[in-house]
Amino acid sequence: MTEAFLSALFLQAGYNATLVSIGAALLGLAAGSVGAFLTLRRRALASDAMAHATLPGVGLAFLAMAALGGDGRNLAGLLLGAGLTAALGLFLLQRLTTRTRLPEDAAIGAVLSTFYGAGIVLLTVIQNLSLGRPAGLEGFLLGSTAGMLLSDAMLIAGGGAAILLLLALLRRPLAMTAFDPDHAQQMGVNTRAADTALLLLTLACVLLGLRVVGLILIVALLITPALTARLWSDRIGIVALLAGGIGAVAGHLGASLSLALPDLPTGPSIVLLVFAGFLTSILIAPRKGLLTRHRQTAMDEP
Amino acid sequence: MDGSDFVPLALPPLVIATLAALACAGPGNFLLLRRQSLLGDAMAHVVLPGIVAAFLITGSAAPGVMLAGALATAALSSLLIEAIRRAARADAGAAMGATFTAMFAAGVLLLEMSGASAMHLDVEHALYGSLESLIWIDATGWASLADPQALATLPPELPLLALVASTILAALALFWRPLTIATFDEGFAATMGIPTRLLSAGLTGLTALAAVAAFSAVGSILTIAMLVCPAATARLLTDSLPRQIVLSLVIAATTAILGTLAAGYLPLALGLPFAVSAAGSIATLGGLFLALAALIGPRRHRVAPSL
Repeated sequence: MTEAFLSALFLQAGYNATLVSIGAALLGLAAGSVGAFLTLRRRALASDAMAHATLPGVGLAFLAMAALGGDGRNLAGLLLGAGLTAALGLFLLQRLTTRTRLPEDAAIGAVLSTFYGAGIVLLTVIQNLSLGRPAGLEGFLLGSTAGMLLSDAMLIAGGGAAILLLLALLRRPLAMTAFDPDHAQQMGVNTRAADTALLLLTLACVLLGLRVVGLILIVALLITPALTARLWSDRIGIVALLAGGIGAVAGHLGASLSLALPDLPTGPSIVLLVFAGFLTSILIAPRKGLLTRHRQTAMDEP
Repeated sequence: MDGSDFVPLALPPLVIATLAALACAGPGNFLLLRRQSLLGDAMAHVVLPGIVAAFLITGSAAPGVMLAGALATAALSSLLIEAIRRAARADAGAAMGATFTAMFAAGVLLLEMSGASAMHLDVEHALYGSLESLIWIDATGWASLADPQALATLPPELPLLALVASTILAALALFWRPLTIATFDEGFAATMGIPTRLLSAGLTGLTALAAVAAFSAVGSILTIAMLVCPAATARLLTDSLPRQIVLSLVIAATTAILGTLAAGYLPLALGLPFAVSAAGSIATLGGLFLALAALIGPRRHRVAPSL
């Protein structure tokens, strides 16, 4: 097992395994950096609604592709469907929060559970029609890297790179909007456009994460690295880079672990690694860590 | 109609879904007003590691053991969320998101690595329950409802949920006054000597109890849906809290009954020879009711604060 893990870690475990771990690392990099802005804007859990709202899209895309005589499991097609229903969910979430008196958290819960429920209904329809050979779409719930194709890995890698590029271009308006929307508006930033851009970048991360981490846990890759990085720095640029780095390392390690231990699901492994890093940082981060803060107060006392 | 199919196969899921919906919808009203709706989301996820750990430690899958394990992880998680909020200076949503994903991931790993999946629990069961499998084998028709011998073989989830739902609703009724005052104006409640922190912890406890009991019968998805949607729908229909709560319970029961029936019979009516997931169908219907209320509910608009 150790040998298998080490060879996966150093990208020596064969072509497919290498693809999987590089894909997971790029996903972690993109999601971590986007998450830095998202948590700063306090919209962390909107991503959870989006992630759950992808499921009916996955089911509908599968049915559509199978009905047209194609391969129902083409990843690009499934992600297109997922993106459409997730965008619809996001739209309904915005409408519920702006047009009714429901608070945002209730609207998130409502969108999340309704879309997810509809997705489950579609999954049972697909199972019963037995269009797909088994081991089909359930992988999108908790992620599975088994049987990942070269084209899937390329899609994830290319998408991750595109997200990072866009984020680098948009970092100033995003950061200003996140810190102080009123001030940003006075400085001539279109804050509504910035917010929409941030949510679309988040959506892109969610879609890329479906295959590797799964829709239930992908929010962890957006939230936890960002919270961790904020313990180490106050500067948004550094926080974004750190969060991306943490996501990349956890993605790579988690994917390697699950390649070495086939029973170990990829998504949960990555999420637990990220969380372990977070807990460690809570204890030992300079200035903000619990242990370091404790020592400082001890030194301050005469 | 002698009910020889309906009573053993359709009635238990119908009743169990309704009880789970009632147990969740009650506390959901207070969570909504306190802007804590996503606490239910968190609770529904952290139940999984509790159930798995309880099974691994005791080797028993009895409902009481599962309940204890799940309540333990629910309590641990609310402590963890609070600790993360303070230590990492994170907002409540982010602290919750970090905690419940990690707990759920731990649950999945425990389940996959330990062979606990050999018991009837697996990840899919946890996610969308198995309402359909909760059948009453010994029932032969409506007459079985009066037959003590047959009643003894009801799925154990049914009496458990009946107990939990009535406990929760009784607790809400009992602490009605302090709970309402603390929900609308925490500061005022504190000056009246109401132990607001204790009440808040109690509400979290009730939510956890509802989530735990509902989870083992109907899965996490239905739990979240019923904690949020009926209360939100009722909120768009009325301004009075008592009326909101009664409405939410009626909506919850209606959703559960119609959703279960639709899952079983709608595909057949459309000529498809199978049933779809009842939990998914109930959750979808709950959202459709909310959408309707958001479009035409008499109290849907945000009221401009009067000065």
